[in-house]
Amino acid sequence: MQTALRTSLSETEFASRASFAPHARVVREERPMQISGLPLSIRGLRKSFGDNEVLRGIDLHIPAGQFVAIVGKSGCGKSTLLRLIAGLDKIDAGSISFGGDVQPEDIRVMFQEPRLLPWARVLANVEVGLGRDRASKDAHARAEKALTEVGLADKRDQWPSVLSGGQKQRVALGRALVSRPRVLAFDEPLGALDALTRISMQRLLERVWRDQGFTAILVTHDVAEAVALADRVLVIEEGRIAHDVTINVARPRQRGSAELAGLEGSILSHLLSADDRT
Amino acid sequence: MSLIDSIPLPRSLRLPRVDGLVQWIVPLAIIAIWQVASVTGFVPVRVLPAPSDVALAGWKLLLSGELVRNIWVSFWRASIGFLIGGSIGFAFGLANGLSQLSAKLTDTTLQMVRNVPHLALIPLVILWFGIDESAKLFLVALGVFFPIYLNTLHGIRTVDPQLIEMGRIYGMTDGELFRRVIFPGALPSIFVGIRFALGIMWLTLIVAETIAASSGLGYMAMQAREFMLIDVVVLSILIYALLGKLADSASRVLERLTLSWHPAFQKR
Ligand SMILES: Nc1ncnc2c1ncn2[C@@H]1O[C@H](COP(=O)(O)OP(=O)(O)OP(=O)(O)O)[C@@H](O)[C@H]1O
Ligand SMILES: [Mg+2]
Repeated sequence: MQTALRTSLSETEFASRASFAPHARVVREERPMQISGLPLSIRGLRKSFGDNEVLRGIDLHIPAGQFVAIVGKSGCGKSTLLRLIAGLDKIDAGSISFGGDVQPEDIRVMFQEPRLLPWARVLANVEVGLGRDRASKDAHARAEKALTEVGLADKRDQWPSVLSGGQKQRVALGRALVSRPRVLAFDEPLGALDALTRISMQRLLERVWRDQGFTAILVTHDVAEAVALADRVLVIEEGRIAHDVTINVARPRQRGSAELAGLEGSILSHLLSADDRT
Repeated sequence: MSLIDSIPLPRSLRLPRVDGLVQWIVPLAIIAIWQVASVTGFVPVRVLPAPSDVALAGWKLLLSGELVRNIWVSFWRASIGFLIGGSIGFAFGLANGLSQLSAKLTDTTLQMVRNVPHLALIPLVILWFGIDESAKLFLVALGVFFPIYLNTLHGIRTVDPQLIEMGRIYGMTDGELFRRVIFPGALPSIFVGIRFALGIMWLTLIVAETIAASSGLGYMAMQAREFMLIDVVVLSILIYALLGKLADSASRVLERLTLSWHPAFQKR
């Protein structure tokens, strides 16, 4: 029901841009988080490990609030790029800027493994995500809110070991969301989940992204997932961005629609032709 | 304690409680068979006195206050030695697990010392300290040091690096990282060290007290041997066994309390 409500809101927003300006303002006030994302500019980014030149000059601009998916064959440097964006590794050359001051809490990463503390209850695990605000008075309340957002409010007092894989990943998402990040980077967060859980997690990702308006960067090996979720799909080959495909399909998107299937096919053929060349 | 625990309430007759009862069946059966064998003369009293005789000897020593005094002395030596050796081992384990420099500086030396059986030092220790308390404390502390050191070190080194990275990403300070990630992650291994150390603690103490002491359970057993009081000798051995079991149970309780998150302790 919530999704339906949100859909109609965004449709109103679309329509209102042309005709009813006052209405549009009302909508924006209801969704103040819409502008919370940060833009991201990457110039001439290079990274090597020893002799292995992984990234050989990445140039990229991501507007605030865009949902970008990154695909490419295994070992092409997707995770490396993500880790550089998140500030986890040192840049060899080039620059990454977020158009202004960023706090550590503004940028969050979610990995393929949930990386929950097994000795902390679910709620305490989410509180970890608050960063320096962990000690603040409203820490509990904020963590509970984030847990509700990912639909796990009833598991707050459980140990992580009793949760299913999908639930653990949702806790990890709650932990990433609790500090209201402005850039959220995902490194194959759904890679280890079964097909059904995966689809419901994709819906959840899309929903929180639309609610909160952060800039999303999703690394995935599933091209169907990339075209279903992203505004734009980047294909990395030989350390550079080889293709930059805009997905101009209105949301909510119909999984398996001909339009998405066509886009998926063309991106896959890019990937495969690169594979044939090597 | 376990016996009280195991009195089953009708509705809580679940596996763990039954287990609590089951573990005592074999020891009790052995005592019963032993009693029968002694009473029937199958086992001569000069080889092994009947359990009832041992209990009687225990009762007499209890009344004279000698038993309590000796148990107390041994208990005190064991705990103080354990605390000293355990704390030092824990401290070195932490330091060497957290700091490369500290590990480079001390680990090789410690590994070399570890290869000397600490009981081989008894003659030297007697020369150094005579037979007073410090000799026993030194030996117990030395024996306890290594299992705690090694397991603390191992625990800290094997904390999931992905969790440590996660902690750093989420802005934990070094102190927080230690408190929330590294220490809890190392705890299961530290407990393994504690359990090992408890065994070594009793072993060291028995040997040290039988060789060089003027009080304590080991001394009581040696005295009794000189006067051919075989019932007291057997009593001392049984008390050692009980104390060992008690220490082990205490560490298990502690383990269960602190590791309740661990899947292995979630049998509820
Ligand atoms: N810390 C590191 N030290 C040395 N080499 C590394 C390191 N991290 C990554 N690499 C190398 O960099 C290359 C790119 O790795 P990366 O993990 O970014 O690939 P990926 O695109 O994420 O692959 P996958 O889809 O399999 O996850 C690989 O050849 C890998 O061996
Ligand atoms: Mg990767």
